[in-house]
Amino acid sequence: MTRQMTGAEMVVQALIDQGVDTVFGYPGGAVLPIYDAIFQQNHIKHVLVRHEQGAVHAAEGYARSTGKPGVCLVTSGPGATNAVTGLTDALLDSIPIIVLTGQVPTFMIGSDAFQEADTVGITRPCTKHNWLVKETDALSGVLHEAFHVATSGRPGPVLIDIPKDVQFASGTYNAPQPSTSHYQPTVKGDITSVTELVEAMEKAERPLFYTGGGVINAGPAASQLLRELVSSTNFPITSTLMGLGAYPASGDNWLGMLGMHGLYEANMAMHGCDLMINIGARFDDRITGVISEFSPNSTKAHIDIDPSSINKVIRVDIPIVGDVGHVLEDLMKVWKSRGRKTNSAAVGNWWSQIKEWQAIECLKFTQQGKVIKPQYALSRLEALTKNHDRYITTEVGQHQMWAAQYLGFEDPNRWMTSGGLGTMGYGFPASIGVQMGHPESLVINVAGEASWLMNMQELGTAMQYNLPVKQFILNNERLGMVRQWQELLHGERYSSSWSESLPDFVKLAEAFGAKGILCSDPDDLDEAIMEMLNHDGPVLFDCLVEKHENCFPMIPSGKAHNEMLLGDADTQGAIDAKGSVLV
Amino acid sequence: MSDLNLKKGTSAKSAYNLRPNFSDIVERHTLAVMVENEPGVLARVIGLFAGRGYNIESLTVAEVDHEGKLSRITIVTTGTPQVIEQIKAQLGRIVTVHEVHDLTVEGPSVERELAIFKVAGDGEKRVEALRLADIFRANVVDSTLKSFVFEITGAPEKIDAFADLMRPLGLVEVARTGVAALSRGG
Repeated sequence: MTRQMTGAEMVVQALIDQGVDTVFGYPGGAVLPIYDAIFQQNHIKHVLVRHEQGAVHAAEGYARSTGKPGVCLVTSGPGATNAVTGLTDALLDSIPIIVLTGQVPTFMIGSDAFQEADTVGITRPCTKHNWLVKETDALSGVLHEAFHVATSGRPGPVLIDIPKDVQFASGTYNAPQPSTSHYQPTVKGDITSVTELVEAMEKAERPLFYTGGGVINAGPAASQLLRELVSSTNFPITSTLMGLGAYPASGDNWLGMLGMHGLYEANMAMHGCDLMINIGARFDDRITGVISEFSPNSTKAHIDIDPSSINKVIRVDIPIVGDVGHVLEDLMKVWKSRGRKTNSAAVGNWWSQIKEWQAIECLKFTQQGKVIKPQYALSRLEALTKNHDRYITTEVGQHQMWAAQYLGFEDPNRWMTSGGLGTMGYGFPASIGVQMGHPESLVINVAGEASWLMNMQELGTAMQYNLPVKQFILNNERLGMVRQWQELLHGERYSSSWSESLPDFVKLAEAFGAKGILCSDPDDLDEAIMEMLNHDGPVLFDCLVEKHENCFPMIPSGKAHNEMLLGDADTQGAIDAKGSVLV
Repeated sequence: MSDLNLKKGTSAKSAYNLRPNFSDIVERHTLAVMVENEPGVLARVIGLFAGRGYNIESLTVAEVDHEGKLSRITIVTTGTPQVIEQIKAQLGRIVTVHEVHDLTVEGPSVERELAIFKVAGDGEKRVEALRLADIFRANVVDSTLKSFVFEITGAPEKIDAFADLMRPLGLVEVARTGVAALSRGG
């Protein structure tokens, strides 16, 4: 099916044909024809953000919570450069988004025209792929290919740069066809390797599943298969920050998150296991601690759709390249056909060991006095919201780690956080994107006051579209994680890690027409949280918390999984000179 | 231990054998990368090497299939086996890369490079330069009373050897194309 239309109309038609219902964007000179085409239709809703970075994070939140690709539309020059942080964030967390940028007309490219930037050059290293489209006839093909590339294989951000004359000119529009692109990543794992993994599982005495964002990205069916596999083998399971929710936090075999601020039992199990089954995780440095002492006595299997993830950081014994869903399906088949065997006696002993580690209760804290502990605030938030249809986003820092530790995720796509890039300012716009995808659900952004201020302008967006996102700010008047590292590593010299002149968040909310709630007394907390939940509209919740609380457990830089710090008493001289150069 | 079944760059001795024998010894590998001949593709490849800190000893690129719009990039790189495997996997990730072949491990291959040498001098040195050029089957492509320009084709080692010999005889300037390589046999 082909039709004649302008380039701008093609953009809108392609988005409709690809099933897009929401676009996050900000207009400008070089995208005016596309905005004009958007104005003249009713299929796609455009959400006007207040800064292009917000548009990209909102699209990320939308994508992660719905499983569909997120779409952004921004102008040339500064519009495009403002999108770079979001693109890099989506690249590191493997989030499928399509960013459309306007560009100066083709005949002006290279002349340093007004609002001209080399957008494809700037974004080449922070996209999975990008295109500069110089002919209107080529535009529809590139638009459809962009969706294919963003969502196939390891998902990621793509960018299409569209010069203004290409938007104005007429050309031939082609409807989406089944992709004939040469880019068709392998999704089926090698069955010999799958069988080898099953053999290892049958013999393992101390097995452990270590799962990551790849399970979420593989879709809900993959999470379902994972749950089935865990319950039928009775192996323990831990997950990265990115993978929370693939296996339910209330599940019997759940050890909690692993890594730098992961749970004691999860990290000890990683260190002590004899078979590590990595499913869709990538041995990130927040996970491994010091490489030379990482899980020294285990056979390591690694299931990943991206061949470059395998052996990049940690040498593995059983590599399986493929989509997690496909590989788990084959794995279940092979394991069942061989008689569903495990070394259950040994696994039982392994569980006894794990139960001893769990008895340490590494997340234990005591709320006393009149100052709210951040852990207490999140425990109460969890208690009062866990039965809601709930989505959580976060900013980056201590509050993010506490949220991962104290909130429970029962399903995939419910937890949106900037894992790889660690982007402060991610959570608020992401919560807007999530709420757009789930208008009836409860969407909470767990934030620190410093992170939240980085994209606070989006309160205008939340108000304009009546998005009742709840901003739960743990306000310690500090850059908490920076402060913690300065305490542990830099002789308690708190260089630029506190905020003076913080705004009155209640008044700030009111200035935008939103509701502000201040809470500083632990006795008032439950009531204040209920007030937040009962308000139909955006809420800024300013929760004043203990200013010098540190986040534990913690694997210090340069240390191994079994050298965790469990509390303040452990911190003296915990990080040596070699560890202090690491981030 | 089986090789993995992968689409991109798959060959019998796969460039994607993901169970390599890791060692700390730095090896020199010649990679042939088939890419879509579209704007920016070379920047993607070079950007990958720069961004991830890999070495490029030489790199040549030209279109080899006009109808299929394919170019062949020949890269000579160095690294430990783990780094070489990463380089190949990272190249394979680029959307416009069609195939990655590691000619160093995929069997015997031929490597050729073209170089042009300007040698200036007179008297006995000039005669000696011409005599050595003849031995190396280098052609004289320009000549004045005080200089020669030699064109020489061969493996990089042969060109290195010729350069060593020309240096004391008045070598002024060298231009080299970098390596083009193909696997041997059918």
